[in-house]
Amino acid sequence: MSLTTGPAVPQAAVDKSPDSGGKSGRARRGRRSLSKHNLTGWLFSTPFLVLFGVFMLFPIVATLLMSFTDFGARNVTRPLEAEFVGLDNYTQLFQDDKFLKALFNTAYFVVVGVPATIVLGLLAAILLNNGIDRARTLFRVGFYAPVVTTIVAVAVVWRFVLDPSDGLIASLASEVGLTAPDFLGSETWAMPSLITMAVWRNLGTVMVLCIAGLQAIPVDVREAARLDGAGAWQELRRITVPLLRPTLLYATVITTIGYLNVFEEPFVMTQGGPSDSTLTVSLDMYREGFNFFHMGYASAMAYVLFVVIMGITVLQLRLLKDNTR
Amino acid sequence: MTADTATKARTPRRTGRMRTPLLYTIASVALLVMAAPFLWMALSAFKTKQDLTASPPVWIPSRWTLDNFTALLDQLDMPQYFLNSLIVAVLVTVSNLLFCSMLGYALAKLDFTGRSKVFAIVLAALMVPGNLMILPLYVLMNGLGLIDTYAGLVLPFAAGAFGVFLMRQFMLSVPDELLEAARLDGAGEWYIFWRIVMPLVKPALATLTIFTFLGSWNNFIWPLIATNDPDKYTLPVALATFANDPNRTVGGGNGMLMAGSLLVVLPVLAVFIVLQRHFTQGIATAGLK
Repeated sequence: MSLTTGPAVPQAAVDKSPDSGGKSGRARRGRRSLSKHNLTGWLFSTPFLVLFGVFMLFPIVATLLMSFTDFGARNVTRPLEAEFVGLDNYTQLFQDDKFLKALFNTAYFVVVGVPATIVLGLLAAILLNNGIDRARTLFRVGFYAPVVTTIVAVAVVWRFVLDPSDGLIASLASEVGLTAPDFLGSETWAMPSLITMAVWRNLGTVMVLCIAGLQAIPVDVREAARLDGAGAWQELRRITVPLLRPTLLYATVITTIGYLNVFEEPFVMTQGGPSDSTLTVSLDMYREGFNFFHMGYASAMAYVLFVVIMGITVLQLRLLKDNTR
Repeated sequence: MTADTATKARTPRRTGRMRTPLLYTIASVALLVMAAPFLWMALSAFKTKQDLTASPPVWIPSRWTLDNFTALLDQLDMPQYFLNSLIVAVLVTVSNLLFCSMLGYALAKLDFTGRSKVFAIVLAALMVPGNLMILPLYVLMNGLGLIDTYAGLVLPFAAGAFGVFLMRQFMLSVPDELLEAARLDGAGEWYIFWRIVMPLVKPALATLTIFTFLGSWNNFIWPLIATNDPDKYTLPVALATFANDPNRTVGGGNGMLMAGSLLVVLPVLAVFIVLQRHFTQGIATAGLK
């Protein structure tokens, strides 16, 4: 494994170095002056950069500034009158039981949800890649369909499926003489229910990524392993998973980012309840910001979440980088 | 055991025949589980109230009815929400196709000072979660008077970093010689971009169209914030508002919700099934390049 990935890293670093400076670079440019396009390059970049600046960069900076103020409802029309309060919002956040609970719930969602999504997505990919020839498209479409559907609609449907009185699961359970718990009304079951739905909805993405990755594994590697007597489990552990590592890490990164931002599921299915057991950071931020208009406080929440996301992403990307190119 | 596996490997056809029934059974059960919520939604939308509350559950309606749809259309202005979602999604898609391709082209094919910095910005922007921006964005849009307007719903999504990244990756594979030849023939940069490069990256444009359109169609948190006037609600906002309305059960409960969900999901599923090849290719490309 290290043979294929190890030496490639420095080479990529050289290729990527922006101006590859020095004399040789300049000389090369001089010869190919035809391909230097400063004006055109910037003109082609302008529309994106303007939109990016106004609707992304500015809000990113503004959120940071707001997080140091008492920005409230009256400041929506007079933003400049918000008062600087230093780190008050942040210190308050970490004494706020509700926020700490939201942080915990979000972590719960990620720690259980991400591995489940990755494992099931990988298994679905292996299933469809080895052995299913007929109707492969049908299976692929079926497994991937939840990804593209509107999450609000899907959450509404799941709420009905999990309904304690007329829901699908409750009715099926009563038919065999069991009583299904009130999934969304129970502090114990609400979060696992949301996670199950998220796994159901997102495993298709992981599956598609893994199928692409699996198809890139040379057939002879597998053949050789089988000739050497590797069983299915050994093949999975020693061949498939190591060779898929970059794909799996990428899938883990995007799934983690998505799950850390979880909002729609609790908003539609539980509204954060019962007793805040499904309140996530994004939902807490939305409420503080747009129900109570504690926008400074909500901005601090947004930044705490952002820092967490950045930290985890950088950590995961570092792992990813060592194994690609 | 060893010998057995070895034989299997050498004769893959027989292996297939021996393992196939089991694999198909597993896959079919999994498919059924995956599809169950959709089937339940689609069938429930046509059920009468008795069937909806029946225990044990009734899968196939004993009497098919459109009452849920008529009641829903009576209470909610679904055509208007549909139109709002459509207008916003089309505008977002068109602007992304244009602006992301332009920057993607510049990043892939034009050597200009600062290019690596611009690309670094794009990569960084990929990582920033949308929720980080919504608070000041609301204040900004409010200040600009763009709350409850299409512009307010479209502008924050008019040029996404994902699109730039995707287009750049595809445009890298366009041969430089082609562009140089066109330049020597006196073609302008816009002409080269629009007439030579864009037609060559049609598959990427298809992928970007699908992802952007669906992203916009399914988008929830920003339309929820940027609209107060029900006439400007998009479909997901209208559906969520209706689902969370405490008075809803008085007017007719779950049947209407299932009918509403079906109306929201159906166009998306139809588009997906028709264009499914582009989805899987697009995700794989974005993931592997």
